[in-house]
Amino acid sequence: MSVAGGPPSIIDLDVGGGGGPRPVRRRRQRFTWRSLTVAAVSTVVFFGILVAILTNAPGWARFQESFLNSEYFWRALPKVIEAFWINVRLFLIAEVVILGLGLLLAVMRGLPGPVFFPVRLLATVYVDVFRALPGVLVIFMLGFGIPGLRIEGVPIDPFFWAIVALSLLYSAYVSEVYRAGIESVHPSQEAAARSLGLSRPQALRYVVLPQAVRRVIPPLLNDFIGLQKDTVLVSFIGVVEIFRTAQIEQAANFNFTPYMAVALVFVVVTIPLARFTDWLVARDRARAAAGAR
Amino acid sequence: MATTGATDRTGEALRIEGLHKSFGDLEVLRGIDLVIAEHEVVCLIGASGSGKSTLLRCVNLLEEIDAGRIVVASEEITAPKVDVDRIRRRIGIVFQAFNLFPHMSVLDNVALAPRRVLHKPRREADADALALLERFGLADKRAEFPDRLSGGQQQRVAIVRALAMQPDLLLLDEITSALDPELVAEVLDVIRELAAGGMTMVIATHEMGFARDIANRVCFLDGGRILEEGPPDRIFSDPREERTQRFLQRIIAAGRL
Repeated sequence: MSVAGGPPSIIDLDVGGGGGPRPVRRRRQRFTWRSLTVAAVSTVVFFGILVAILTNAPGWARFQESFLNSEYFWRALPKVIEAFWINVRLFLIAEVVILGLGLLLAVMRGLPGPVFFPVRLLATVYVDVFRALPGVLVIFMLGFGIPGLRIEGVPIDPFFWAIVALSLLYSAYVSEVYRAGIESVHPSQEAAARSLGLSRPQALRYVVLPQAVRRVIPPLLNDFIGLQKDTVLVSFIGVVEIFRTAQIEQAANFNFTPYMAVALVFVVVTIPLARFTDWLVARDRARAAAGAR
Repeated sequence: MATTGATDRTGEALRIEGLHKSFGDLEVLRGIDLVIAEHEVVCLIGASGSGKSTLLRCVNLLEEIDAGRIVVASEEITAPKVDVDRIRRRIGIVFQAFNLFPHMSVLDNVALAPRRVLHKPRREADADALALLERFGLADKRAEFPDRLSGGQQQRVAIVRALAMQPDLLLLDEITSALDPELVAEVLDVIRELAAGGMTMVIATHEMGFARDIANRVCFLDGGRILEEGPPDRIFSDPREERTQRFLQRIIAAGRL
């Protein structure tokens, strides 16, 4: 729509050549003022029509009652937010495990020489398998299956298995991100390190990985946005987290507004992370452009 | 020649015998024999693709050799079970493209290997690195990151980084080829100073004037062999081989000598 892209692109329409600086500036100002007005009016009109259509649609009243009930909303919101801390804890613990395990897998896949073939094979098969499996499947198998074996000393806490399941799943993705980063570091960097007498692990540790990790921070954050949302999947194995809490509320009143509260919480926490990721990408691109000379 | 057993020729920094190296079907080095004395400065000249860089990379064990042997200060470094990392500590190499570590400051670039390889305490490694940087007029750049430096400064830092390991032998691989012409001199001045200080160096270069100036001996490489070698004055003014003559004529025609 012209709303978002309008004003800047019109400013960019600087008339090349011809005329002194003055007419150009006046023209640009006029364009800016006019485009702002147009954008504002069209926005109001556009969304006004949209809202009018929706609220006059048949069933709007019922929708409003079922999804946008303010009484249920305010009743559900504190409970939902409180339960969200379970998700946050799950997310934070799993994230630490994933960062470590993913890195380990990426390094394992990069080990050279025939001796390490079994290690490379193991890492490759792991990544292939856990990227192929649907998340819910793994969560069910671990969360119900393993405790059901009733083996002495094996935890039965669903929260524990939830962390294990998410860590297994996401470290497969994250290891691929790391691997892409490692491969993006030019071999001459390792050669320079080795030529100074650093061993291969030292070259990896001090020269290759620091550069690789820096480059993959934006895609890593992207994966973590996914992980943040997927924490609700563990509700299926009995962890009473945000989604399960909303479900209980919904079932008690046959009203869907608690789900809207959940949706709001996720939107509010995810958007800043998404913006931050975009900002990092833009900053890296600017730096690369400056560094290229 | 094929001397066997422990070689103990004092005063000999580097001995290369019958060195062969291929990349797939392409045979880049076809039997190199070269002996370099301590404190000697040897320049390798020759057209691109003649094997200069590959020879240096083989000496630093960055490339695996196919045949022959390389002896550095009485130790055969191409022996099967040799500790590669220990050998590389004693041989410094400076690359055409600098290859500084972009995520580290100048000081950390220089101090990294002394800290991690020689296990110097950080304070000592930093002080030594700073002293070296000072000696080459780079002390004020210690906190900068490589991408903030000019090409000449970057290459000088790369030289200092190699020197920080106190190598017995320094290999320089076309270290001015990636530089703007006005930055070449500052780098060559560093090499002159090192030569005056007695550093043993093998220098692959296209700077013929510099080679003539600094080398004790010049080797002309052609097709993976050392076709002709001798003191610079003789090589440059009275080359015996026809290929050497033609190479030097092309260089003169290009205004590089």
